[in-house]
Amino acid sequence: MLKQTGRLALAAAVGLGLAAGAGAAKAQTPKSGGILNFVVGSKIPSFDGHQETTFGMIHPIRPFYSLLIRVNPANPSDPTDFECDLCEGDVPEATDGGTKYTFKIRKGVKFHDGTPLTSADIKATMDKIVFPPEGVPSARKAFFRAVESITTPDDHTVVFKLKFPTAAFIPALATPFNFVYSKKDLDEHGMEWHKANVNGTGPFKFVQHQPGAFVEGVKYQDYHLEGRPYLDGFKAIAAPKMAVRLQAIRGDRAAIEFRGFPPKARDDLVKALGDKITVQESDWNCVLLATPNQQRKPFDDARVRQALTLGIDRWGGSKYLSQIAIVKTVGGVIFPNHPLAATKEELVKLKGYGEDIEASRAEAKKLLADAGHSGLKVDFSNRGVDQPYKVVGTWLVDQWRKIGVDTQQRVQPSGPFYDTLRKKKDFDVSIDFNCQSVINPIADMTKFLGSAGNNYAGFEDPELEAIYAKIEKENDPKALRNLVRDYETRSLSDEASGIVTLWWYKINPHRSYVKGWKIAPSHYLAQHLDQVWLDK
Amino acid sequence: MSKYILKRVLLMIPTLIGAGILVFFLMRLIPGDVCELRFAGTGLYVDQEQIDICRKDLGIDRPMFVQFADFMFGFFTFDFGKSMWTGKPILEEIGLRFQLSLQVAIMATIVATVIAIPLGAISAIKQDTWLDYAVRAFSIAGIAIPSFWLGIMIILGLLIITQEMTGIPWMPPIEYRPIWVDPVHNISQLIWPAVATGYRYSAVATRMTRSALLEVLREDYIRTARAKGLVEKIVINRHALKNSMLPVVTIIGIEFAFLMGGLVVTEQVFNLNGLGKLFVESVTNHDYAMTQALVMLVVLIFVITNFFIDLAYAWLDPRIRYS
Amino acid sequence: MTTVSESAVEAQVEDLEDKTPFWQKAKTMARKQPVGVAGLAVVILMIFAAIFAPWLTPYHPEYNDFANMLTPPGADYILGTDQFGRDIFTRILYGARTALFVGFAAATVGAVFGLVLGVASAYFGGMFDLIFQRIMDVFMAFPLIILALAVVATLGTGTQNVIIAITIPFIPQCARVVRSNALAIREIPYVDAARALGFGHMRIIMRHMAPNVMAPFLILFTAFVGQAILLEASLSYLGMGVQEPTPAWGLMLQGGAEEYAESAPWVAIWPGVAISLAVFGFNLFGDSVRDTLDPRLRSR
Repeated sequence: MLKQTGRLALAAAVGLGLAAGAGAAKAQTPKSGGILNFVVGSKIPSFDGHQETTFGMIHPIRPFYSLLIRVNPANPSDPTDFECDLCEGDVPEATDGGTKYTFKIRKGVKFHDGTPLTSADIKATMDKIVFPPEGVPSARKAFFRAVESITTPDDHTVVFKLKFPTAAFIPALATPFNFVYSKKDLDEHGMEWHKANVNGTGPFKFVQHQPGAFVEGVKYQDYHLEGRPYLDGFKAIAAPKMAVRLQAIRGDRAAIEFRGFPPKARDDLVKALGDKITVQESDWNCVLLATPNQQRKPFDDARVRQALTLGIDRWGGSKYLSQIAIVKTVGGVIFPNHPLAATKEELVKLKGYGEDIEASRAEAKKLLADAGHSGLKVDFSNRGVDQPYKVVGTWLVDQWRKIGVDTQQRVQPSGPFYDTLRKKKDFDVSIDFNCQSVINPIADMTKFLGSAGNNYAGFEDPELEAIYAKIEKENDPKALRNLVRDYETRSLSDEASGIVTLWWYKINPHRSYVKGWKIAPSHYLAQHLDQVWLDK
Repeated sequence: MSKYILKRVLLMIPTLIGAGILVFFLMRLIPGDVCELRFAGTGLYVDQEQIDICRKDLGIDRPMFVQFADFMFGFFTFDFGKSMWTGKPILEEIGLRFQLSLQVAIMATIVATVIAIPLGAISAIKQDTWLDYAVRAFSIAGIAIPSFWLGIMIILGLLIITQEMTGIPWMPPIEYRPIWVDPVHNISQLIWPAVATGYRYSAVATRMTRSALLEVLREDYIRTARAKGLVEKIVINRHALKNSMLPVVTIIGIEFAFLMGGLVVTEQVFNLNGLGKLFVESVTNHDYAMTQALVMLVVLIFVITNFFIDLAYAWLDPRIRYS
Repeated sequence: MTTVSESAVEAQVEDLEDKTPFWQKAKTMARKQPVGVAGLAVVILMIFAAIFAPWLTPYHPEYNDFANMLTPPGADYILGTDQFGRDIFTRILYGARTALFVGFAAATVGAVFGLVLGVASAYFGGMFDLIFQRIMDVFMAFPLIILALAVVATLGTGTQNVIIAITIPFIPQCARVVRSNALAIREIPYVDAARALGFGHMRIIMRHMAPNVMAPFLILFTAFVGQAILLEASLSYLGMGVQEPTPAWGLMLQGGAEEYAESAPWVAIWPGVAISLAVFGFNLFGDSVRDTLDPRLRSR
């Protein structure tokens, strides 16, 4: 039922007339050999996937590890297409009224140090993530709130017992951060060992990490998937500046970058290199928000918030901003193109989504005047990262100027920015975002609830909470869809407690000789590289 | 002399402690910390409990005073501890970058010296002629042009020119290999930042050569030498230039010390994994331990360079020694 | 960084008896320092651009015009537009305001504080001088980037905080030079005489000592303006300086400029030219001021 996204993403790639990449890969037989150089725009805090949250760690480290289940790398845009990685056969269905999952573990898998993999390793790994011992951080512990116990009836079986049935369990399990570690390492070296050491069952073996420079991996001969990986090795080169990453692909110092480039950069590359460059594009499971702080006056007044959202020309922004920033799609609270997402007809009914921007601006000015805040001054907190935060921020300043709002943009490096957002809360409006790996709309949309831990708007809206409570329990697709519309209207339009700017749009121009890598709707997904090969 | 040396060495200590106090408190004034930042990667909500665990782990939950004493004691016993961001020993992390920064600094010094001394000399000898004006304009331009912008223009120029000429765009390598491993790769990466910073550096040195030489040329003994009918070339080479080198060497020394930690912006442009980049990263990551160690290193290099410069002057001018 | 040699500065002291009127000095300078006059011309041009920016261009420096993104230089936009469709020429004109404001504010505050502290340190001597010198040492040796980052991170980004960040390292530089000059003056009998007459410290410092270190002070001041403009550009380029949408040259080089340098080189070239030209002008002018005020370097 959810295959639609996949088709659309593929259509986007083909529609560009640059089908030499992903689409054509099927026709060709993969070649083995070669080293893949790619650039990474962020830093590696540590190698421990269980406690890190950044793609700066995923891109270079993920190829060293396997997961229990993973998103199908041949069809990564489909939010329900999971396949077994370390388990056998298909991803199991729940039994016992949706509270029990039994996984059969693949036999003959060995860690890079030669230790054979058993169910005990899976249990030790999941215990570390789900029930971390006192003093051990686990970034995604909350994903597994439903898990009651993890047991191993035999060496090749793992059983997850849930407290209540939830569709969120399988996507959570496929989260690319859940690296499977060896129980032996955890027992012998402790829970911190994986921060600086690598021993997995993934397609590549760790060679070296030069902090700030690169991570090097070499083909693991005993990898559990037959004939994989195709590459002899890879080098993940750190390049924090986007201009350098772009130049690196241009000068063939690197073949690909996995996060994403703005469209203008794509155009420059294609213009310079022609068919030596292949472009893949996809909607991105990241949404950029402008969060009004309801603890501050006059942002506790719904009219003022509505005026702010009305002042944003989303359709125009989509058209123009998408040429210079990594945002594009106009959307509501749900990942665009997902069956639960609003159609354009539904969107235009929301405040700020109308196609006549002049009418919206007039309404915004009137609302501000009614609230007694014409000539409103806004202290707008933004994050010191160009793409997409500062680019969109600069655009917002200009948008709001057009309804007579005087916006002062306050840009801070990530650390102080988060401090302002979460602790000090001394902002009028702040940039905020929700960026998840595996698409899981029901879980992702909690971001808009006043009670959510990652909502910084400072409000209580019992009505919105009530709608969400119904959404959680609803099983009928049609009724669910209607409830989601109610939730969206309440959050984005009636209360305007959340202001969605635009959804991100992922564009990956890469050297055409890179084959087998398919764009996913998240830069965290399908980065194990065993499917990638070089056509040189 | 030994008394003077001892005095100068003792005077370094308060500077180092002062720098330690300053960096320690400055870093802690910046809102947020390494733990919050680490968990914030995806905008995900993380339990306060998890952040507290991380803080305890890194020891940043202890009272300020204890942390400071720990840091200072570590510094004077050469135990810098581990990076709060990567968990690797700080000396190892710095060592890795030191190589690269040192090589760029040396290469830039060579570029600068080769340009500066002849140009500065010509400028002084031909004072107030069009040649002097041209050299001065060239050297002031070196100070005026931001090195990072020059760097951007160099990379852009390389990409465009190579594509025009060969059809295949070429850019300098973006990952460092030591010179003894792959000299061609190494030089083709580092020569560009060396030129970009070396130009600015040469500008400073050219100006110093010019003014030092001008001063010396007015000294009596030069006049005597000239009066004796010595050939101008010999006067300049044998007497004047040699005697005017001290301030030039001084400025080269100061600039060298500055380059070791000051390539912050240029390293960004060329994607060099040097000390400057480590600096920016450790500050933005709130890696207190690493930033403190780096500041102390840069201050130490600065203080030692100054010490040697003072020593050289004291050795040449006895009046300083006894004052 | 322009370094003013201490020996050159010491020379000022010998120049104390030089009572040539200022205007005459200026006239001499114009004749003898054609390069300096060229520098002054650049400075004046910049001030002119900053003051009359709104009359020199039909565009607003902050308004986005997405219909004209990255337009090449032409009749409508003489230097082209940036990725937000803003006219680059306009932003360069208004950017001169930011540059001059940051430059003069940082140089003035830095040099004045340096002057007062340097003179005071020399005047009081003893323990005060010793401790003060050590504090100055710390600031001299301390990497600017950390200071700037800490200032920006605690106070927030923006023009005022950039000025503070840039000013801090100027103070010790100026204080040092001023102190070594003032030390020499302190030995001159009239300071003793003033003290004997029972004048207060403040009066002696302000009335007798400060005016006599004006020459090195002026030299440093002109050098600081250029340096401050350059530092502001570097900080903005690192994303720690002036923030969008304020027009500022360093900021114009950051972000899109590099990424689009290929297809839209004008975005990267012109702001760099503006920075270079401005700093070039201030330095040329400053150099000539130094040559004029410094008798040892004055030819013949």
